[in-house]
Amino acid sequence: MAKLLENNIQSQVKGLVQIENLSVGFRRKGVFTSVLDDVNFTIQPGEFICLLGPSGCGKSTILNTVAGFIKPSTGNVLVDYHRITKPGADRGFVFQQYSLLPWKTTFQNVEFGLKVRGVLKQERKELVDYYLNRVGLSKYRHAFPYQLSGGMQQRASIIRALVNSPSVLLMDEPFAALDAQTRHMMQELLLDIWQDLKSTVIFVTHDIEEAVFLSDRIFVMGVNPGHIKTMVDISLERPRHVDLMLTAEFMQLNRQVFDLIREETMKSMAFED
Amino acid sequence: MSNIPSERSLPAEFSGNLILAVKSWFDKIPDMASEAFSSKKRNQFLRRMLSLFLFFGIWQLLCTVKFRFWINFSFLPSPTEVFSATVNFFSTNAMIHIQSSLTRVLMGYLVATVLGVSLGILIGWFQKLEDLVFLPLELLRPIPAVAWIPLAILMFPDAESGMIYITFIGAFFPILISTIKGVEGVDVLLLRVGQCLGASQWYVFKDIVVPGAMPNIASGLVIGMGNSWFCLVTAEILAGRYGIGYITWESYVTSNYPPIVMGMLIIGLMGSVSSYLVEQLIHLLMPWRITKKKTA
Repeated sequence: MAKLLENNIQSQVKGLVQIENLSVGFRRKGVFTSVLDDVNFTIQPGEFICLLGPSGCGKSTILNTVAGFIKPSTGNVLVDYHRITKPGADRGFVFQQYSLLPWKTTFQNVEFGLKVRGVLKQERKELVDYYLNRVGLSKYRHAFPYQLSGGMQQRASIIRALVNSPSVLLMDEPFAALDAQTRHMMQELLLDIWQDLKSTVIFVTHDIEEAVFLSDRIFVMGVNPGHIKTMVDISLERPRHVDLMLTAEFMQLNRQVFDLIREETMKSMAFED
Repeated sequence: MSNIPSERSLPAEFSGNLILAVKSWFDKIPDMASEAFSSKKRNQFLRRMLSLFLFFGIWQLLCTVKFRFWINFSFLPSPTEVFSATVNFFSTNAMIHIQSSLTRVLMGYLVATVLGVSLGILIGWFQKLEDLVFLPLELLRPIPAVAWIPLAILMFPDAESGMIYITFIGAFFPILISTIKGVEGVDVLLLRVGQCLGASQWYVFKDIVVPGAMPNIASGLVIGMGNSWFCLVTAEILAGRYGIGYITWESYVTSNYPPIVMGMLIIGLMGSVSSYLVEQLIHLLMPWRITKKKTA
């Protein structure tokens, strides 16, 4: 079992993400609207990155492009030097909406990725059991999604992506629908698991506190069209716990990012008027 | 039909198998009287009984007073006449008639289910197949069952298969259309989930598209069941001797009215009971959907 897990984790020392001259837009009634304009960045394997910005800045669009749901208008997305053209198991995705398959139990949902990739039954069971236990869902293994709370569903969604040992984990505001207490718990839990796995994480959020708490680096995004405005290094010590949020250091970083975001939000609101 | 939500609140009772479900349904009847907390349910039960009582009572009254104001009740068989016709019917060879009708409906329904669901899934999933077959099917869909009778006689070697064909027509289109809509309406989010987990087309199809379409397929199956019975009288115009629809039609030809109404009521009753059974069976197949409303 130990070896199995180790293999499962070992394979995750990957996850180099390179975005080169990425632009995304769409044509509607002959008018071209740009959503993202000339985005460039590189994320090192094992980095935890937050994309932070007001709505309409294209943060989800970046994530969807890395996932392979959206094709770039120009530019390239490379994960471990492979050009992304379609979704794949090397990039796990956790959606904002509850996305467990309603007709599968918690166990079957988490197991699904392993099953479709032909992992043997015994091995599947060990891995799924380990992760269920890790996020405190062992008791709910046979429950259907409608019987789980929002937080439980998101925990199951996270380990469903992780059990596949993706090189990059893409998270699109996964905690946005949860209440504040649950959200803090989930953030801590996520960091806890990530600490072991060290896969690259790209996490989209509009919650500044969340971004500062989780990230190694925050990419602050701007609007009209969406672009990366600046990057902020968060060199807070790890492992991080919720009480970190009460320290002066944290609050200062929070303030700094807040001011950056405020500028953009003002701009986007002025534009809408 | 309004009893569905109250059934949904009892998930455990339907988690076993069909026998258990049916048993629990019977168990519930004494429950309504004995358990104090279910006085709300008991009142509901009483109201429903009252509705039946009123239905037959008003009908009886209209016949007795020979109500005649645009609609004419004076020649209509009253409930008591229908009742004695029914007693008479059941003292002779009723079961043969019921059995032949039941067999025809179930056969037609079964074929409609197999063809409707499988064809519907394929049409919903493969756009090219939809392009190839959808228009002819749309052309055939509005044709009422009765219009098929001459062709049913010409196409089939015996009357029995012709009748099964007519009941099939009734069930096939609702099942087909609901299945197509179900497959096409599967949540894109869930399809993306499958893709991100590395699922092949086959797995996406088997584990996401088909179960995702199930709620729609289910309503198609319930509607289809009703429609099969709906077409029974039409179908049994072709019958030579047996069938509830045959009796109804034959009594009309011989101007014997009470058995007509009896036939109508028996068809209505069997239709609702079988729709109810289909619904219960579907609940057993989809335990994950019992309290779906809660999540919305």
